[in-house]
Amino acid sequence: MKAADFDYLRPSSLAEALTCLSQNVGVAQPLAGGQSLMPMMNFRVATPEVLIDLADIPDLRGVTELDGMLRIGAMTTYRDLTRITDRVPLLGLALPHIAHDAIRNRGTIGGSVALADPAAEMPALLLALGGVIELAGPDGQREVAADDFFQGYYATDRAEDELIVAIRLAVAKPGDSFGFYELTQRHGDYALAGVAIAHAPDLRIAFFGISDRPIRLPELEAALTAGTDPGPALDQIEFEGDLKASAATRRHYARVVLDRALAGMTS
Amino acid sequence: MKTKDISVIVNGEEVRASVPVRRNLVDFLRTDAGLTGSHVGCEHGVCGACTVEVNGATVRGCLMLAVQADGATVTTVEGFAASGRSAALAAAFTRRNALQCGFCTPGMLASALGYIDRGGTADRAAIREHISGNYCRCTGYQSIVEAICDVIEERTAP
Ligand SMILES: Cc1cc2nc3c(=O)[nH]c(=O)nc-3n(C[C@H](O)[C@H](O)[C@H](O)COP(=O)(O)OP(=O)(O)OC[C@H]3O[C@@H](n4cnc5c(N)ncnc54)[C@H](O)[C@@H]3O)c2cc1C
Ligand code: FES
Ligand code: FES
Repeated sequence: MKAADFDYLRPSSLAEALTCLSQNVGVAQPLAGGQSLMPMMNFRVATPEVLIDLADIPDLRGVTELDGMLRIGAMTTYRDLTRITDRVPLLGLALPHIAHDAIRNRGTIGGSVALADPAAEMPALLLALGGVIELAGPDGQREVAADDFFQGYYATDRAEDELIVAIRLAVAKPGDSFGFYELTQRHGDYALAGVAIAHAPDLRIAFFGISDRPIRLPELEAALTAGTDPGPALDQIEFEGDLKASAATRRHYARVVLDRALAGMTS
Repeated sequence: MKTKDISVIVNGEEVRASVPVRRNLVDFLRTDAGLTGSHVGCEHGVCGACTVEVNGATVRGCLMLAVQADGATVTTVEGFAASGRSAALAAAFTRRNALQCGFCTPGMLASALGYIDRGGTADRAAIREHISGNYCRCTGYQSIVEAICDVIEERTAP
């Protein structure tokens, strides 16, 4: 199918984009890489009356490094992220699993974080790395920790009149190690179950594809840090079932991805 | 219906058109530029039949609006053929029987060129991974992988 008609706006500054957004709350959607929004529009699952293309906004672009943190503009594509995998090794482990080359050439980190698909890699990566999401709205800028940002199926702390401006991630230090593993039906599909792990130096473990959002379990991290059985902690997860895998299958997969990711930690 | 005037360099030639803003790039190429080599399959990014190159990078023609390509340089399967860039690959596809109905072929060639021209190696697993976003309902992929391998091996032969 084809997308329904809409007004196409292409602001050239962040201030202008925020004005466009606040004047059209409820009927406008920002357009980043379009790799999720365009399929939804073609299916007419999404029928925005106004599309606000973020392509020409300099404030949403570029990667800068300050005090051991990388500030990654929301419009940075997966393709561009491959240039900073030496600074953030977990990106290097996760990126090859996201979709396919042609989709990675356009899909953005900001779009993935805004969408908050529970099976997507980037939200879990942010959670594992203790990332921060920078938002801008009519009342100015604010920032939210990844731990507080993802709130359920496609639900985040972002208000409708706000834009994600940038993502901040810590640069890896010597001695840090990372793990990543996911199970899919075919390469590039969304994960049936996956996990992103950072040991930097605290252990942070984020599962994706098994619940309504990417999740961390303090009990699990504590058990593994103490060298005890992670099984009981895993049992506390409220697994989600769907057409691809039942909740019981996902429970099994969670253990599989955890064990494999831990076995493959970078040194 | 909202429209916008755009100018796109398609296969080296400027195409100017007033397009409905909701028109996607692959429909623009087929309808406004008259280039029907790029195919339309699923229209949600899954099959890869619409894959073309925009500013040197492969993209899904069904997941980009024509208005987003205003000012961009686009290359389609017709452009790859005209410049000779796909000559060795097309010959290998023929030799290996890497197409039957041919519906997937334009997108498959675009994806394969994206792999070959960026220095991809003749590693069958890596090639399969790279073309995993391009569906072929006829060949079973084996012959496509072999054709891509052939071209890389020819290029890297001493
Ligand atoms: C075949 C296929 C396979 C895929 N496989 C995977 C996969 O395995 N894993 C995965 O994670 N993803 C996958 N994707 C989705 C892809 O990663 C998307 O690119 C990504 O989810 C969204 O990024 P985008 O830049 O394309 O955003 P868009 O599609 O442009 O936008 C997505 C949503 O976010 C909003 N938005 C975008 N940017 C901002 C911003 N800066 N501020 C506020 N709101 C914003 C939009 O309004 C929209 O609601 C796949 C897509 C396809 C077509
Ligand atoms: S038509 Fe674009 S990917 Fe199928
Ligand atoms: S040759 Fe028919 S779909 Fe590939």
